[in-house]
Amino acid sequence: MNGGDDVVVASEEPLQPLEWKFSQVFGERAAGEEVQEVDIISAIEFDKSGNHLATGDRGGRVVLFERTDSKDQHGSRRDLESTDYSSSRHPEFRYKTEFQSHEPEFDYLKSLEIEEKINKIKWCQTANGSVFLLSTNDKTIKFWKVQEKKVKKISDMNIDPSKAIGNGSSSSNSNSSKPHLANGGSSDKSYNYPSNDFSFPPGGLPSLRLPSVVVSHETSLLARCRRVYAHAHDYHINSISNNSDGETFISADDLRINLWNLEISNQSFNIVDVKPTNMEDLTEVITSAEFHPTHCNTLAYSSSKGSIRLIDLRQSALCDSHAKLFEEQEAPGSRSFFTEIIASISDIKFAKEGRYILSRDYMTLKLWDINMDSGPVSTFRVHEYLRPKLCDLYENDSIFDKFECCLSGDGSRVSTGSYSNLFRVFGCAPGSTEATTLEASKNPTRRQVPTPSRPSRSLGNSLTRVVRRGAENTGVDANGNSFDFTTKLLHLAWHPSENSIACAAANSLYMYYA
Amino acid sequence: MAMVDQPLYPIAVLIDELKNEDIQLRLNSIRRLSTIARALGEERTRKELIPFLSENNDDDDEVLLATAEELGVFVPYVGGVEHASVLLPPLETLCTVEETCVRDKSVESLCRIGAQMREQDLVDHFIPLVKRLASGEWFTARVSSCGLFHIAYPSAPEALKTELRTIYGQLCQDDMPMVRRSAATNLGKFAATVEAAHLKTDIMSVFDDLTQDDQDSVRLLAVEGCAALGKLLEPQDCVAHILPVIVNFSQDKSWRVRYMVANQLYELCEAVGPDSTKTELVPAYVRLLRDNEAEVRIAAAGKVTKFSRILSPELAIQHILPCVKELSTDSSQHVRSALASVIMGMAPVLGKDATIEQLLPIFLSLLKDEFPDVRLNIISKLDQVNQVIGIDLLSQSLLPAIVELAEDRHWRVRLAIIEYIPLLASQLGVGFFDDKLGALCMQWLKDKVYSIRDAAANNVKRLAEEFGPEWAMQHIIPQVLDMINDPHYLYRMTILHAISLLAPVLGSEITSTNLLPLVVNAAKDRVPNIKFNVAKVLQSIIPIVEESVVESTIKPCLVELSEDPDVDVRFFASQALQSSDQVKMSS
Repeated sequence: MNGGDDVVVASEEPLQPLEWKFSQVFGERAAGEEVQEVDIISAIEFDKSGNHLATGDRGGRVVLFERTDSKDQHGSRRDLESTDYSSSRHPEFRYKTEFQSHEPEFDYLKSLEIEEKINKIKWCQTANGSVFLLSTNDKTIKFWKVQEKKVKKISDMNIDPSKAIGNGSSSSNSNSSKPHLANGGSSDKSYNYPSNDFSFPPGGLPSLRLPSVVVSHETSLLARCRRVYAHAHDYHINSISNNSDGETFISADDLRINLWNLEISNQSFNIVDVKPTNMEDLTEVITSAEFHPTHCNTLAYSSSKGSIRLIDLRQSALCDSHAKLFEEQEAPGSRSFFTEIIASISDIKFAKEGRYILSRDYMTLKLWDINMDSGPVSTFRVHEYLRPKLCDLYENDSIFDKFECCLSGDGSRVSTGSYSNLFRVFGCAPGSTEATTLEASKNPTRRQVPTPSRPSRSLGNSLTRVVRRGAENTGVDANGNSFDFTTKLLHLAWHPSENSIACAAANSLYMYYA
Repeated sequence: MAMVDQPLYPIAVLIDELKNEDIQLRLNSIRRLSTIARALGEERTRKELIPFLSENNDDDDEVLLATAEELGVFVPYVGGVEHASVLLPPLETLCTVEETCVRDKSVESLCRIGAQMREQDLVDHFIPLVKRLASGEWFTARVSSCGLFHIAYPSAPEALKTELRTIYGQLCQDDMPMVRRSAATNLGKFAATVEAAHLKTDIMSVFDDLTQDDQDSVRLLAVEGCAALGKLLEPQDCVAHILPVIVNFSQDKSWRVRYMVANQLYELCEAVGPDSTKTELVPAYVRLLRDNEAEVRIAAAGKVTKFSRILSPELAIQHILPCVKELSTDSSQHVRSALASVIMGMAPVLGKDATIEQLLPIFLSLLKDEFPDVRLNIISKLDQVNQVIGIDLLSQSLLPAIVELAEDRHWRVRLAIIEYIPLLASQLGVGFFDDKLGALCMQWLKDKVYSIRDAAANNVKRLAEEFGPEWAMQHIIPQVLDMINDPHYLYRMTILHAISLLAPVLGSEITSTNLLPLVVNAAKDRVPNIKFNVAKVLQSIIPIVEESVVESTIKPCLVELSEDPDVDVRFFASQALQSSDQVKMSS
């Protein structure tokens, strides 16, 4: 359970706060434009090298972006696998391709609609220049391969079906194939192939020729679903995570975690089951789960009660008992109706080397050292000014919003989203007081507040903009604090090797660098 | 555009369809690649078809898999062994695709071709291919290369052999766990081709690295390597190098590694020999039997008998038997079930006295297990214990167990016990059967579940075979035949089915005097389903009984049925009539 040596502090001096600058936006909304529900982004994930970025949306689509600023996109494996870029340029991405990953379904046995919304995307090992990823909705996980295919044309057939002799090389395969089908249906039945004792002339038959294939320079990207891992979850899948062994992954729903082999889609093993025999005794559900980045046998999962459990897959086949438990004792006397609700962890992430775990609950970000289970190493308050408003937040269900969190590649900073399309970046190196508030817009720093503990003040123009959008849930209290519950920034991801953050504001993907 | 002569048309289509848009047609063409090759002739196959296949390697996995398979047997079509090396390039590309089954098949085909190739060709073509794959850019190529070394190595000159060993060592330390897993899997095969001197140095050091790999999935493949390497090494080297590894693995932190040890234990014992087994592996095995992970205990429990056979009875009684006692009351039903399926085999190992004294109480407690599978597993192996101590000692406990299983609410359990009834009958003897089991057999004929009634009818037949027609006439036939008057038509149908099964066993005379009247009588049933089943049964009886009986009894009955108002009855009756005519004609 030794987490290795993360470099939390790069140098003895505290790190300077980063200056965040706008880099790119994809799918920016024009003023007054209505956001289509299906276009809202529901998952963001960088691949290990940081050369690719994937987003998933509520319409079941996965959109891939690729980095354009690194020197050679199709470099050698060593280049792709290395994450060390000497380039001073900030990462820039371009749209690569998109595909429909999930469709809405109906479970007739349970009379249940299954949304197509992509809950999570995870990148898998790149091979042969193709990229692979897992995407999941509430019930079904799919394994995708996206490859570049050269456009090929086939010409020079033995039999000219159309008899229209034109430019030979232009007759494409689709033209020539149909007549065979039309004439004889399945070729197996229609023709008598020469049997094995049929004697061919020793030199072969010179009049026969192989189709010649003309490879053009055009390429097209082709996404193909390679495997579907279905029917293993009774509840909604909230996380998927790849193992460092490159052959297995886990999927977690509210009550269970299953272990899969990437190559076997018809069976999975249940490794964690928190379902009580009597559902009335249910007090705690699984909210997020992730494999350790390097230890193949360690995984962490978080619960709705605010605890993180570390389990060791080596101990037993069904990991009912945890190896370590991380939870914070609540301060006596502070308990209220909302205590348990806001303690629920919405997301956990391992830092790159696996020694630290970042968790997000409703009010805070917490950083845990897996070698210290007495309490978090640091706690960052994300939107403390909402504390008096918990009652309203409960009434409009916002208190159940699930914010994601992320760590920088070097583990020195953490980030998470908030309301009004804001997100926050904190320095977590010892001594760092860095706490930045940014807005997912082309001018991220305009709402920046000097002191992190003070409530963020809204500026006039942003407020009007919010109102113009027709948001009904916009709350403005007497002090002029705005917290637009409908514009929440739930999903964001930090580039694995550079200071670059991708975050989702409704249907728009904003990218920032520092 | 060539115009093709008529006789060649099918082949021409076949060739064109190599590039059809319909994957089924492409697959069909690939599966007939040998026909295409023969039509083109050996030379054009080498110069055109094979390069064509090499270039078109971005097809669907199914097509690639079929291509890889076809190429494995393609040596005759390219002009024999001297030209075999032309087949390597397309397979080399197929070795790099990301679909595992395609890669595995390509490696298999390459091995098959390599095994036929001339030594010089191997050096000139095959070995460079292995080296290229082993240094491949993507892990897929490196994974494939591991499976080719054992073909490449034997014909390599000395310097190249050293290089190959080095490369294999590097593959065992590859960044990608997939590559290390493949290297671990193939280590045994490669080691078998390596000279003894290098085996002890190079291979063993590679093996040591694998046994200490961070990834559990690599270590557990190394367990299999223990057995493979152990068989190659001299006994004393095996004890010195392999044994400590096995003992370590049996205490690995990962239950999956321990599970592999438990599963491979017998092979591991064979590798280290009987002496070390007794001293070193017995304690390791005892630990596995007492492992805290049920999966490990299941694997270990399943090997109890096989392991005890290697040991002397004394050692087995001293070390293994106490564990067996514990396992018989294990908290996991699957452990008890695994134990129950092999424990009867220990009786011959331990001998009569120890069996009566030590094993019998365990048998009895397992026979009373709350979990039906455990009881069933015991009952299914009764013959083994019967040879040692006789069945009498068990029969007292056996009967309640059987009765309970016979009435189990899960029909699959009832089905399983029915399957064993003939075995039990033969072991327990006629007397025991008559008293206790006969009634059960009748009861099953009236089960609610069709599969049980079906099995019960079959069981009656097997009993008749076991004990002979006379016994059957005395003990089961009357009861069975009584049921033909049951008010429920499904039960009557079961009896008809039983009659059709019994008739061939009981022979012509009994059939025509005892069975046939009942069947003919059933032809007047008010349920059409019964009537057309009568027609079917009659059809099956025709070849058994004498021709006079057919004429006098069966035919009139069938004729009557063939005029039945129900269409199905008429159909089966006329079918039966037809077959009776055929029988007559042929005789």
